[in-house]
Amino acid sequence: MHPDAAWGYMANMSASDLSILVIDDNRLRAAIIEDGLREAGHTKVSVIHSVEEVARKIVDIEPDVVVIDLENPDRDRLESFFSLSKALKRPVAMFVDRADASEIEAAVEAGVSAYVVDGLKKERVKPILDMAISRFNAFARLTRELEEARGALEDRKIIDQAKSILIRSRGIDEAEAYGLLRKTAMNQNRKIVDIAQSLITAAGLLEP
Amino acid sequence: MTEYRITAGFLPLLDSLLLVIAREKGFAAAENIDLALVRETSWANIRDRTAVGHFDVAHMLAPMPIAASLGLTPIAAPVIAPMALGLGGNAVTVSTALWQRMADAGAPDTLDAAAVGNALAKVVAQSGRKLRFAVVHPHSGHNYELRYWLAACGIHPDRDVEIVILPPPLMADALKAGGVDGYCVGEPWNSVGVASGAGVIATVKSQIWRASPEKVLGVTQAWAGRNPQALAALLRAFHAASLWCDSPANHGEAAVILSTPAYLGQPAELIQRGLSGRLETALGKQAKIEDFFIPHARAATFPWTSHALWFYSQMVRWGDVAHSAENARIAAASYRPDLYRAAIAGAPAGDIRPPETFFDGRVFDPEKLDAYIREQA
Repeated sequence: MHPDAAWGYMANMSASDLSILVIDDNRLRAAIIEDGLREAGHTKVSVIHSVEEVARKIVDIEPDVVVIDLENPDRDRLESFFSLSKALKRPVAMFVDRADASEIEAAVEAGVSAYVVDGLKKERVKPILDMAISRFNAFARLTRELEEARGALEDRKIIDQAKSILIRSRGIDEAEAYGLLRKTAMNQNRKIVDIAQSLITAAGLLEP
Repeated sequence: MTEYRITAGFLPLLDSLLLVIAREKGFAAAENIDLALVRETSWANIRDRTAVGHFDVAHMLAPMPIAASLGLTPIAAPVIAPMALGLGGNAVTVSTALWQRMADAGAPDTLDAAAVGNALAKVVAQSGRKLRFAVVHPHSGHNYELRYWLAACGIHPDRDVEIVILPPPLMADALKAGGVDGYCVGEPWNSVGVASGAGVIATVKSQIWRASPEKVLGVTQAWAGRNPQALAALLRAFHAASLWCDSPANHGEAAVILSTPAYLGQPAELIQRGLSGRLETALGKQAKIEDFFIPHARAATFPWTSHALWFYSQMVRWGDVAHSAENARIAAASYRPDLYRAAIAGAPAGDIRPPETFFDGRVFDPEKLDAYIREQA
């Protein structure tokens, strides 16, 4: 697209005509973004997982919008591909140029960045970035909850192990063992799992 | 008592030194600053997170504030450089295979920029394919000094070789895998390349242009305007840190601090090479390099307007921006020696350095910018 032609060309395009490239080495998150874009009626969506592939594919994909995660250490290389593709008469600028300051902040906050072909109207790209932001945030929430659940499971295992040490060494039952851990934790203003961990470590040291 | 809370972004490089030492050795605290350091993965993230205010200040490539002021970057937030973060610190590392060909073509192992470059020119002329070199960012000291060196040795950096962008931590691997034939990067990433057995240090930044600018402290104009006292306190803290780093007796401790996972996450022994200027240029081959990296001496933290103008002249040379009196003024104005001088006693009185001579004998006289730009074509 030649920059002079951008305006008329863009005005005639429907939402689904936009070619969108998603770059994310997290395959699950990439799939979630792709899914959201397709739900919003976009049909020309490409997903690649490494910047390595961008150089080979950017000419074929001819993206109007590129969405990339901020954790990707290859953003500098990606931006240099864009300036090289300028030589191919494909001007690319970052969307955040003309977005509101709050929108830029929301994107960076969520860990996502977007680039668009020069001349693309803001109203046409905003829904795409909004969707990416909300899905990035949802993904982060999901990951956090998973980690917490995994952590809770780990805690349970540690507490169970400490209980069985107490049951063996002091001849008490399970309820009493848990009560003892709980009471000690409260007295020392620490978490039960920390007390349990200390007990396991101490027991390990005392073993012959 | 903490008066100022300042968050700074940095990349894992030797020249993040002043930020790290200011925090870890109490120079920030002595100025009543609670300095939080956040390690980043790309210069693009440094730029974006500074623009949106996640970072109050950041470790930046010296040409970044100039590029931002000239509107060459995606986010157009005006960024200024009220301080430099040392001089030198880069090297050009080539693959062992390329080094063998260069040595056969007469390259000495003295790091001499002219002799090594002339040998490289012979290899390039005979090579069946375009050699590929990596730098960290288009608007970087690495890119401009590599291009200057190549061009001065008769190698056109766009036509005769290829220059690509790679993040520093990936460079040694790329060299080993044959993805690139060489790279220009800051320490410790040259030493990492040598230690991995993949590379040989061919020449160094201080050979191309002695005591030359490399990184700056970047601050948005908005933040600097709102927080003049916090900024002045921060400049004093970094200046005090630079004085501490100047003493060779402290290099060992500084290397250990930088080696921790929160900062560089590389062996202290490798980091100390760049700090002390005792590089291992090839496995088992030591070299003592004068002025390899200068954290304090020679007004190393002063943001010279003439440094900004040299980077600008190279942006013009390689087609990043068209030369005009207005663009030159914008570039110069992105460096703020006045803010430095207001904060730090004993700073240089002038903003412009005397004419400087490069390895090829050419002289950059900031007072004759138009002629310099015309003649470099």
